Amino acid sequence: MSTTTDIRPVTEHTAEEIDRVKNWINSEEYKEKNFARKALVINPAHACQPLGAEMVAHGFAGSLPFVHGSQGCASYFRSTFSRHFREPACATSDAMTEDGAVFGGQNNLFEGLENAYALYKPAIMPVFTTCMPEVIGDDLTAFITNAKNNGHIPADLPTPYANTPSFNGTHIHGYDSMLKAMLEYLTEGKKNEAGDNGTLNLIPGFEGNTGNLREYKKYLEAMDIPYTMLADISDVFDSVCDGTYRMYSGGTPLDAAADSINAKATVSLMKYSTLNTMKSVEANFAGTSKTLAFPMGIRKTDEFLMALSELFDKPIPAELKAERGRAVDAMTDAHQYIHGKKFAVAGDPDYLLGIVSFLLEMGAIPYHILCSRSNKKFKKEMEALLATSPLYGAQGTVYINKDLWHMRSLCVTDPVDAIIGDTHCKYVARDAKIPLFRVGFPIMDRVNLHRSPVIGYQGAVNLLTMIVNKFLDTVDETCEDQWFEMMR
Amino acid sequence: MADTIKEIDGITTEATEELIEEILAAYPEKARKKRAPHLGANEPTSAKCAVQSNKKVVPGVMSQRGCAYAGAKGVVWGPIRDMVHVSHGPVGCGVYSWGTRRNLMQGVPGVTCFPLDFTSDFQESDIVYGGDKKLETLLREADELFPLNKGLSVLSECPVGLIGDDINAVTKKMEQELGKFVVPCNCEGFRGVSQSLGHHISNDSIRDHVIGKREFVEPAGPYDVALIGDYNIGGDVWAATPILEEIGLNVKSVWTGDGEIEKIAATGQVKLNLIHCYRSMNYMCKVMEEKWGIPWMEYNFFGPTKIEESLRAIGEFFDDTIKQKVEEVIAKYRPIMASVLEEYRPRLEGKTAMLFVGGLRPRHTVGAYEDLGIEITGTGYEFAHQDDYDRTSPEMAKGTLIYDDASEFELEKFVEKMKPDLVGSGIKEKYVFQKAGIPFRQMHSWDYSGPYHGYEGFKIFARDIDMAINSPTWGLVKAPF
Repeated sequence: MSTTTDIRPVTEHTAEEIDRVKNWINSEEYKEKNFARKALVINPAHACQPLGAEMVAHGFAGSLPFVHGSQGCASYFRSTFSRHFREPACATSDAMTEDGAVFGGQNNLFEGLENAYALYKPAIMPVFTTCMPEVIGDDLTAFITNAKNNGHIPADLPTPYANTPSFNGTHIHGYDSMLKAMLEYLTEGKKNEAGDNGTLNLIPGFEGNTGNLREYKKYLEAMDIPYTMLADISDVFDSVCDGTYRMYSGGTPLDAAADSINAKATVSLMKYSTLNTMKSVEANFAGTSKTLAFPMGIRKTDEFLMALSELFDKPIPAELKAERGRAVDAMTDAHQYIHGKKFAVAGDPDYLLGIVSFLLEMGAIPYHILCSRSNKKFKKEMEALLATSPLYGAQGTVYINKDLWHMRSLCVTDPVDAIIGDTHCKYVARDAKIPLFRVGFPIMDRVNLHRSPVIGYQGAVNLLTMIVNKFLDTVDETCEDQWFEMMR
Repeated sequence: MADTIKEIDGITTEATEELIEEILAAYPEKARKKRAPHLGANEPTSAKCAVQSNKKVVPGVMSQRGCAYAGAKGVVWGPIRDMVHVSHGPVGCGVYSWGTRRNLMQGVPGVTCFPLDFTSDFQESDIVYGGDKKLETLLREADELFPLNKGLSVLSECPVGLIGDDINAVTKKMEQELGKFVVPCNCEGFRGVSQSLGHHISNDSIRDHVIGKREFVEPAGPYDVALIGDYNIGGDVWAATPILEEIGLNVKSVWTGDGEIEKIAATGQVKLNLIHCYRSMNYMCKVMEEKWGIPWMEYNFFGPTKIEESLRAIGEFFDDTIKQKVEEVIAKYRPIMASVLEEYRPRLEGKTAMLFVGGLRPRHTVGAYEDLGIEITGTGYEFAHQDDYDRTSPEMAKGTLIYDDASEFELEKFVEKMKPDLVGSGIKEKYVFQKAGIPFRQMHSWDYSGPYHGYEGFKIFARDIDMAINSPTWGLVKAPF
């Protein structure tokens, strides 16, 4: 019990006090104090490593993601995916508790693997960690080997595993670690000395948009390039409703994943969520490897298609060229409604680069660009991208390791016309009285946006449509009568 | 408790027990032995429910449970609107629990209420060197940037307890420095077996650091009550308090939906504690009873039948003025509720539903479904204890299925066999059943709707249940080709 014995009266703030603070939090003075924060993080725009690991683990056929650590973490990850995709996200955990903290989590892992395998009969169980076993130093290598040696699961059940401590990096690093582990595990000893198998491995990166994945596939099929999409969540998190629940729906087939080591080429479309994976691919895989820019907007999509064309010596078919032409047509038609508009943007590094690239193409001004956990390399890359467009890029400022409460200060002291980011940005949008265009992960308050691609030519049209029509709706909804007119 | 034993056509103890056996057969032996006591056929006449509860999750089975932190942050502390709640540890826990429980709050966001995610975002160096210094700085920063906060809570995540940080020392120091509540809550996710321990630890934090530290400025009145265990999901508190005020009571504080910490601290002055969610808040009712002799009673504001029963029971605590008003309120709402039932009951009569929720709703909402003509064929809790199950048995029909901490596997199989017309459970379960063509409502978050409490809430509940079961979209699930 506390030693304080004085009982104080319940207090109320006066309306003047509330008004004063309400104005103060929108001031330059407040912004300075806010940016001087050293320890407190408010409204971060990133999550923890195991979330990203789980996304990878979901992306393989017959896979049951297995969380080594606290059960609550597993529930949080599953809920997060289900809220965003509006789909089941089946993953299990070995539910470590106090005794696990004292004695280590080996017994939990044994029992967990055994039960999960018996009940759900997965074809593969990727294992990754929460912070608890990371703090106490559990040895996954030994534990999993022991689990097999002791007969808890069959020796031939694939069990790739990754250490994904939550106190290091973000969800995109967990994605990277799990994917690297998955590929190294599944491809071990599978290299075919006879040479490559002529296929492409496509790695989409930490991606909450299943429409993007389907769009990639459309391109590859149009170009007649045989491919394996690695960690393919498109049919996992955009599955059919036909009266039968299938716990294992979609995902990269395991034999295709094993054979990925023999591909002619491996292409990653998200540099920052696949850094270590691509190093491993470069070192171990037969074919060439390339990391391309996340293909948002026309130019980055051009680069993507031209790279594919060059790698596989296949022409870009006329239908794709026509699709490009239609997208550019849409952009020139609508440019006047977005040209010169200022945007705040928050999200993961690759998404940010993609969005900014698109905005620059439209003559819009990426203004406050914020990544809540990243590094100087990213900042430099973003600044270089802005520098490619002296007219529209020069006003942009890049903030790394700042959060959405910093973003709020930026948007209320130095206003923009709109913000682009995930659902968490909605508080900034409301306080700054600007629209939020939901792009990224998670989107928990609008339907179907994860099905609408933002990459490629069609993605550029979709983004443009969403943004411009919202601006026009606002004009129609807010203008005075004399300015209300038929055409816009 | 139950005057008559409920029965449902086609539900028998034998058939239910057979189903349980069939499902348990899939488990490895050790897990089967652990799970078997948690599943049972209901026996309404038994004073003690035979289903075991509040035990460790069986590893690997895919439990739907959360952790102590989730119970502390999401349930008890998060809804207190005028405090800064710090998720102390790595970034994830705070992000996943940010705005995902729907405990709505009044106030000016960032000024007088704080629906934000405050975290220490632990890095490797914090694990190695400890986070106490950072916490101290962080609390100071939070208080400076949010000067109208009435207090700060520190909610520990897993690593904090493992690396030997002493948040209690830090909060004690900072409480003196800041001159307002700075409350430690050692709710690391690895503690206990479910969210439930997080509730208990939070109640203990309130006991040790909050209760009795404030008093109301206005003199105490004979009808002062507190609302305990209503978290204002989708605005529940705002649908419940008007009814209590209408019967003449003064709701002095709410624990903790749209709650204010100083009023919570002054709750020792009320005449009666009214508790809705017994599971998460009974501890503090008992503390206040021991310390100040404040009686407490459970009530149920789901559906007109239970609301009426509850209002009359509440009236019994008070004088004839209140009893008179209770009758007036009941009489006022009867025709309104009758028109709701007239609209929806014919569309829902004879339907069945299965429930799996947290610690209260699997029993407390049964009456509301029954008001609509829906029978509950199975129910169970993520994190209830024996006393919850004892309160559940009389509400359920004989032989219905009772499941504790059900695994994904069990839920799926139970529903497959029992073929209810509706499943009411959580976000993780929702799409599993909808893919199978089974109507579903999230019963933790009211599926982004609500309120469901009180008379106003029942109107919405009835509409929502009807729209789930009778949506024409279910007719499209099977392709004609």
